[in-house]
Amino acid sequence: MDKNKEKSRREFLVDLGILGLGSFAFGTALFSGYKFEKSKSGQTVKLLTIDGKVVEVDSLLIREVNRDMLTELQERGRKGIPNKSWVMVIDLSKCRNARKCISACQNAHHLKPEQYHINTLQMQDTERTAPYHMPKPCQHCDNPPCVAVCPVDATFKRSDGIVLIDNERCIGCRFCIAACPYSARSFNWFDPKDAELAENTTYDVELNVPQKKGTITKCLFSADKLRKGELPYCVSACPNGVFYFGDENEDAVTNGTTKETVRLSKLLADNGAFQLMVELGTKPRVFYLPPKNRIFPYTENQEGIDS
Amino acid sequence: MALDNSMNKALDSIGPKLFESVNLNKKFHAWMAFLTIMLLICLYAYYTQLRDGLGVAGIRDYVSWGMYISSFVFFVASSLVGMLISAVVGLSGQKWVIPLTRIAEIIAVAFAAVAGLVIVSDMGRPDRLPYVFMYGRFSSPILWDVTVVTTYMLISLLLLYVTLIPDLALGEKYLSWRPKLLIKAYNLLSLGWRGTEEEQKILNRAIKTLLILIVPVALAIHTVTSWLFAVNPRAGWDSTIFGPYFVSGAFVAGLSCLFIAMYFFLKNYKMEEYLTPNVFDKIAKLMVLVSLVYIYFNLNEFLVPGYKLKKFEAVHLKQLFVGHHAAMFWLVQIGGLIIPTMLLLLKSIRKPFPMLLIGVVMLLGSWFKRYLIVVPVQEHPYLPIQHVPEMFKFYTPTLIEVLITIGPLIMVLMIISVLAKLVPIIPVWETAHTSIDTENGK
Repeated sequence: MDKNKEKSRREFLVDLGILGLGSFAFGTALFSGYKFEKSKSGQTVKLLTIDGKVVEVDSLLIREVNRDMLTELQERGRKGIPNKSWVMVIDLSKCRNARKCISACQNAHHLKPEQYHINTLQMQDTERTAPYHMPKPCQHCDNPPCVAVCPVDATFKRSDGIVLIDNERCIGCRFCIAACPYSARSFNWFDPKDAELAENTTYDVELNVPQKKGTITKCLFSADKLRKGELPYCVSACPNGVFYFGDENEDAVTNGTTKETVRLSKLLADNGAFQLMVELGTKPRVFYLPPKNRIFPYTENQEGIDS
Repeated sequence: MALDNSMNKALDSIGPKLFESVNLNKKFHAWMAFLTIMLLICLYAYYTQLRDGLGVAGIRDYVSWGMYISSFVFFVASSLVGMLISAVVGLSGQKWVIPLTRIAEIIAVAFAAVAGLVIVSDMGRPDRLPYVFMYGRFSSPILWDVTVVTTYMLISLLLLYVTLIPDLALGEKYLSWRPKLLIKAYNLLSLGWRGTEEEQKILNRAIKTLLILIVPVALAIHTVTSWLFAVNPRAGWDSTIFGPYFVSGAFVAGLSCLFIAMYFFLKNYKMEEYLTPNVFDKIAKLMVLVSLVYIYFNLNEFLVPGYKLKKFEAVHLKQLFVGHHAAMFWLVQIGGLIIPTMLLLLKSIRKPFPMLLIGVVMLLGSWFKRYLIVVPVQEHPYLPIQHVPEMFKFYTPTLIEVLITIGPLIMVLMIISVLAKLVPIIPVWETAHTSIDTENGK
């Protein structure tokens, strides 16, 4: 009798379970059916794609990508712009330390005054040679020592020659700072500038904004500007025509001040161009034209001048 | 235990004495309380670094590796003593080294285990530590370092444990006056060791395998650590002898740790019978040998670039020899290396107390030597340091940074202290075994 009672209770529990599961499944089906019916209105929506085309899409096919915006920007940032090979030419005979390149760069990348992606150095090679001003961005080496030593692939070399840093990946070991012979890298030792303002911005690898505490920041050749077909921030900010920027594949570079486009190979050949510390085997992508026939006499101005 | 009479007799004559130290006395509690308070202060310092950023330390964009990295190199260096004593000296059949093997292994395990934490204290984003395993790139020497330091730590731990197994089985006999839990743990960890011929054969084979295995791994950890610097195209780091230079320096650092530990155990554990004048004499002579090798590498490292005086090497050497770091450099090289080595040539100095003092001096010298290898190079990059605040140009450690550097050292002391209270510091079984062998004239 007792046994029977127990058995029947077990059976009852099993039945209850089946009933519960059944009604749950039915409810779910009903709900998804309702949802489908509701959205099956055949309406289309006009959308702007990443490459700037307006397209019409059925509203049914729309998936929210907000969550993956970061991943998408990171992936795009790692690929580089197809068929490009960016180079910069810096004409030392024209630089008089106006430091406009620096301020434009620091504004664009939310940098503190002591954080440089590009810095203008007062150089004197030996005691007996003449001093000159030298803007010094990252050299975007084709054999970059910084990329080799990064333990987590946070800094990487793109197909278009640019060396970038992904500050969502960087662990802050600063091996790259130790490895870079050009002192081109800077670190966010504290909370970055305007940390609160940029809180809701999605991180863009090609702009490196928002900056993040405890990660590296460096010159990006303004990869975000290049994506839009514009010249880098520093290049267009220069009042003295120091910078040329362009694509090595097209053998053409454009002066940021005069907007004049010239043949790269001719510019380099005619002016006796050189590169920094080639003996280290880094293969830089930045060329320098020697500081001869200077437009301005050298002055020790440290603060920068208004042009 | 299935031991013959002579072994039992030998064990009984040393066992009670050597197991006496497996006891937590008041002195130990006071010492650990002191260390805990110190550690808490250091942990608070680390908390401020986590909260405010790595900038609470004196490191900046140019000198971006400071005390933390110097200390990391020092930790890896000191841990090499385990391999030197157990493997290099032990494998060559030197019986006098037996009383030192366990002390050396404990030092090795403590330093190797904490070295990883030192590296974490230098990370801007310690929360992203798992990325090293998730996204690791094997072209980076950091990956090599993580791999070999972990391997070395595990082998050292295994070596410490495997050589302990026969002693753990003796716990029941000699620790009957201690809490039941401890005896239970001893029994559990002894894996039912009874001391039969076959067990001994297996144990000896296992120990030998580990001893041989640990040699290349130990060489690798410090060679790879030296490559963290040598792979960078920087004057002063750009050297081909950094590997052996670091390894020989590591033996000096590790042996000075051992000097200090030996004095401590001699006095506090009353180990005169085992840490005999002969052991002190021999280990001091070993220190002279490794120091001479280290001095030889120093000579190469400074004389060769000093002869050529290439532009940037010249700037670097000038800073060391007569410039900003000259006082520290000469103090470390002469006071912390050459003079102690020469003193150890005198028989009257190869005694416990003078060796304690020499150990302290050489240990300090070893720490500051790593500072001199890491920091000055970065103060003189190829391109001038301009338009930055003064503190970017020369590195000055902050108080918080000093505390965060001391923290791991306290952890090492804690690990050594605890281990030295949990197990007999002199290998009991091996000592008894060796004494029988000597009696039998083997």
